[in-house]
Amino acid sequence: MKTMKILTTIVALFVLGLSVYAEESPSVDEIIDQANKAAYYSGDDGRSKVKMTITDSQGRAREREFNILRHDVSDGGEQHFYVYFQKPSDVRKMAFLVHKHIDQDDDRWLYLPALDLVKRIAASDKRTSFVGSHFFYEDVSGRGIAEDSHEIVEVTGTHFVIKNIPKDPGSVEFASYTVWIDKNTYMPMKAEYVDKSGNKYREVEALEVIDIQGFPTVTKSRVRDIVDGGETVSEFTDIEYNMGLDEKIFTERYLRRPPREAR
Amino acid sequence: MKRTRLIIFILCFGLILPLSLPAWAEGLEDLKDLLDNKYGIDAYGFLEARGGLRLRDDPHEKDASIGEMRLQTDLSRDFERVELKIKFDLLGDTVLEEVDLDLRDLYLSFSPLDIMDVKVGRQILTWGTGDLLFVNDFFPKDWVSFFVGRDTEYLKAPSDAVRVSMFFNLFDLDLVYVPRFCGSEYIDGSRLSYWNPLLGRIAGRDFIFHDHRPDDFGTDSEYALRLTKNIKGTELALYGYYGFWQTPEGVDPAIPLLIYPELSIVGASIRDALLGGIGHLEFGYYDSRDDGSGDNPNIRNSEFRFLAGFERELSQDFTGGIQYYLEYMQNYEEYEGHLPTGMNKKDEYRHVLTLRLTKLLMNQNLTLSFFTYYSPSDADGYMRPKISYKINDEWAAEVGGNIFFGSDDHTFFGQFKENTNAYASLRFSF
Repeated sequence: MKTMKILTTIVALFVLGLSVYAEESPSVDEIIDQANKAAYYSGDDGRSKVKMTITDSQGRAREREFNILRHDVSDGGEQHFYVYFQKPSDVRKMAFLVHKHIDQDDDRWLYLPALDLVKRIAASDKRTSFVGSHFFYEDVSGRGIAEDSHEIVEVTGTHFVIKNIPKDPGSVEFASYTVWIDKNTYMPMKAEYVDKSGNKYREVEALEVIDIQGFPTVTKSRVRDIVDGGETVSEFTDIEYNMGLDEKIFTERYLRRPPREAR
Repeated sequence: MKRTRLIIFILCFGLILPLSLPAWAEGLEDLKDLLDNKYGIDAYGFLEARGGLRLRDDPHEKDASIGEMRLQTDLSRDFERVELKIKFDLLGDTVLEEVDLDLRDLYLSFSPLDIMDVKVGRQILTWGTGDLLFVNDFFPKDWVSFFVGRDTEYLKAPSDAVRVSMFFNLFDLDLVYVPRFCGSEYIDGSRLSYWNPLLGRIAGRDFIFHDHRPDDFGTDSEYALRLTKNIKGTELALYGYYGFWQTPEGVDPAIPLLIYPELSIVGASIRDALLGGIGHLEFGYYDSRDDGSGDNPNIRNSEFRFLAGFERELSQDFTGGIQYYLEYMQNYEEYEGHLPTGMNKKDEYRHVLTLRLTKLLMNQNLTLSFFTYYSPSDADGYMRPKISYKINDEWAAEVGGNIFFGSDDHTFFGQFKENTNAYASLRFSF
């Protein structure tokens, strides 16, 4: 009986120990990897309609509407994006193609239908505004996880809080940024950017996350420029994953002739 | 009569429409919705006013370099397997005093095979790697529009063509057939003054240089092809062209009319990421078939063209680009030997450098841009400063200049000195 009790205790401790271990098990690299995949690599491909409302510091609003197609060459690795603009009318029917690379600059092409011109775009700086919004290219297609060193600063009941410090501080405008990652879905829910004098100046936030085909999906997000007060809200609709998009869509041919899936 | 029509046009589009624009814009949105919902027609366009003045005294031309109201309408309909597109501009022009309909696009596009796209009809065609310099892009240009400060869109003139594109695993192939030669819009003197080699001086409205275009349908045809391959971001291309010089590079002194001598081109290009930016190289051999030996001074000789360029971001939202361009005349001794006395001699090598600087400000709504050509061999050049501002999603304003300079009157840019102009525009997009 006594042996039984001891055995139970040992088993209980072991189970408890295991579960404690499980609670603390993901390393910071695992969390970052999972978060990167949750935010940017759901399924093998996907599409979404995007409506961006850009509000400047004086409260004037402008709108952008476009459809975005994504195809993953490898999970967590290279990706292709195709963006087809619908609003405003001066950018209507322009198409934008990105071949995202991990260890070199992305390749970007822009098609201007009025000139029938396929323009190749220099893409060295990923932290420039995407279509005049407060989102950066990097917010749209993801920041290379090897570009920062990561550190868990807090584990709350619901979130992993991770501080990220750039390995090459000269290449970016921030000194560090802190991300709140949902413990269940691994979705990054909020990121706060701090400048060199330690002031928070920029915030990216997921305002709404729903489940689509089993993938947690951000359907509304916002970037705020805390210094000048401007902000951009993105709303995502008509979302679909694993459509079996043809890899050929992400070539010059389809810049000139937008695929049905993007129209 | 012409004048009355013009005044009516300007009154209609220039005064009445802008004054009633809020109501008009709402009506337009309703009309667009109706077209879309009822007929599946996608409609959009813009209304634009653009005016410009010469900054130097030009005895041969009017003071106004441009003055126009333009209404562009762009309609497209996606049928099950075919897309139909029509784009046209209705234009009231105060400089030439005329009302004009400019059909930019009228084509059908479809994919008869999985690996084939076809576009038939009037369309804009572009290929090659140059930035406002062209080696293998031998499709029509409108240099008048470019020099008087119309939107860059109007540098490209449409072709009436059949374009067949085929996509194989090994490479992609584009074939273009133009049954009747189109040709570029050249500087004839009606709006811009130019060097007239027959008179040996600058001329303008006092000597409008007319041309004789090859225009037999099915006989005076043009053929162009491009073979491309993208190897992990390295874009390679081979080009071929068989037809005529796009600008009248010949003169028949007996009539006297400008003529379009026969021309063939073979060329190649490469474009790739380089040093954090984009680099490109392109060359072409121009075989001026009507003057193979180069001894006819009235027809442009054969030549090599070479282009190298590099563009990159210099800082956030600030981009810089440079290009070097060369025209290398063939059979130069023959040319020299047969040049009539008194004619200005061209150089064997014409070198051109370009610089582009673009800065985006205010959430990319304000664009400051500067593009310049400079030729050290001709000692001339052309600067294009421009400021454009997107007031909101509908309205955009632009001011800019076209500044020509040069020490001689007969060089390519130098001849346009007196056309130096500044312009401003306001556009409402719908």
